[in-house]
Amino acid sequence: MSASSRTTLLDASGVRDALDRLSRRIVELAGGTDELVLVGIQRRGSDLAERIAGLIEAREGRPIPLGVMDITLYRDDLQTIGPRPVIGETRLPVELDHKWVMIVDDVLYTGRTVRAALDQLADFGRPARIGLTVLVDRGGRELPIQADLTGLSVDATPADRVEVLVSEVDGRDAVELVQGGTK
Amino acid sequence: MTTPSLGKDLLGLEPLSREQIELILDTAEPFKEVSERAIKKVPALRGKTIVNLFFEASTRTRISFEFAEKRLSADTVNVVAQGSSVQKGENLVDTARNLEAMRIDMVVVRHPSSGAPKFLAERIRSNVINGGDGTHEHPTQALLDMLTIRDRCGVIEGLKVCICGDIAHSRVARSNIWGLTKLGAEVAVCGPQSLMPGSIEELGVTVFRRIEEAIEWANVLNVLRLQLERMKAGYIPSLREYYRVFGVTLERLERAPRDLVILHPGPMNRGVEIDSRVADGPHSVILHQVTNGVAVRMAVLYLLAGGRPELAESAKASERGGGA
Repeated sequence: MSASSRTTLLDASGVRDALDRLSRRIVELAGGTDELVLVGIQRRGSDLAERIAGLIEAREGRPIPLGVMDITLYRDDLQTIGPRPVIGETRLPVELDHKWVMIVDDVLYTGRTVRAALDQLADFGRPARIGLTVLVDRGGRELPIQADLTGLSVDATPADRVEVLVSEVDGRDAVELVQGGTK
Repeated sequence: MTTPSLGKDLLGLEPLSREQIELILDTAEPFKEVSERAIKKVPALRGKTIVNLFFEASTRTRISFEFAEKRLSADTVNVVAQGSSVQKGENLVDTARNLEAMRIDMVVVRHPSSGAPKFLAERIRSNVINGGDGTHEHPTQALLDMLTIRDRCGVIEGLKVCICGDIAHSRVARSNIWGLTKLGAEVAVCGPQSLMPGSIEELGVTVFRRIEEAIEWANVLNVLRLQLERMKAGYIPSLREYYRVFGVTLERLERAPRDLVILHPGPMNRGVEIDSRVADGPHSVILHQVTNGVAVRMAVLYLLAGGRPELAESAKASERGGGA
């Protein structure tokens, strides 16, 4: 355990503004809300997707279908990392065929989670279009995957940690960069 | 908090801790949903080869394991060797060596001799899962029973569960006693004196001689199949007599002070250990057990296949660097 420094990248109002902006751009990108389905990746991605769905509903006056996915069983590292302790719920409330599916996650890093999410979505249906929205893009991709919409981009090194805190899980909203420490 | 791991094999519930048993039950939860999907398959065990090695007849357990394996995308081979033609010890070693030579990853083994899975596990590198050995243990059956009880009753801690029937010859009873007591249930057994093992109280269970007493006491009855060959061997006078004295009938349940949950590991002898009206009635969770069997076996296969829990902690730490 070495000393680490913690920098706030977004405070609670920064997170709120970012989610508000993302929710508007999602509707623009999807050309309205008719075919839009939001799918949050467990765990914090699903909390963010729920917030975004709420913002869109408040503005457009109609509920947005909201799904959650745990991609654990589609990961490619069972052999090297071993089983995850708890696998979360996967629940997709509508048929995905011909829909405009926006995946929502907290942090985009290697791209491997998104790769797994795309594989899993393909087993549930054939959406007309799949997009990706993340609150933070921290760089460091290991696969050719990019987000359509990003709340914040930050150049973090592999030694850094980017932590997205949401009030549902962590008691407060923030995005923080932790440098120089090993957990 | 360190996550408990299962180690290399699942040989029984006796060697497992409460945390390990709860890990399996909690891991089974999301696997229930996989079987409800249109495409009932996830790629978690893609490329793994699993041999189902059955030295004893089984339909339900073998099919349940096979569904679990296929829904995890593993490749499976069924080997059915009839017990009578097998020279037990020697044959098992040979079988183990042949399996190793074919580079398999996991073996599910059912064998008439108690301890055969352990014997195999000590001699091969592959993961070994006990699919029932002699009168020793049948861990996945007890796990699916516990998952079903938990579904119906919410918690297992503090529940009163009575296992009824041929306790002496039952690996299902033994695994249930180990698992349920570790999870904090009160466990009792009920059956004829001739089918009760001598030192059963040492396992920390209460013994009821009369089914009426068991029904009055329990929240849950796990009604075991009466092996019909026990009658020929003289353990019980007749099937009719057994039903009259120990049968779980609707009349008996209606006199109970509370609603009971009725489990049966199958296949049932209707009108012997259980009344058809009970088996098909609202107390029964027998088909729910079958559904849960697939989920529990998927969980066990998944947890054993990862196999490198020492890496999980460091990976979790690096993952905190940012999700996707």
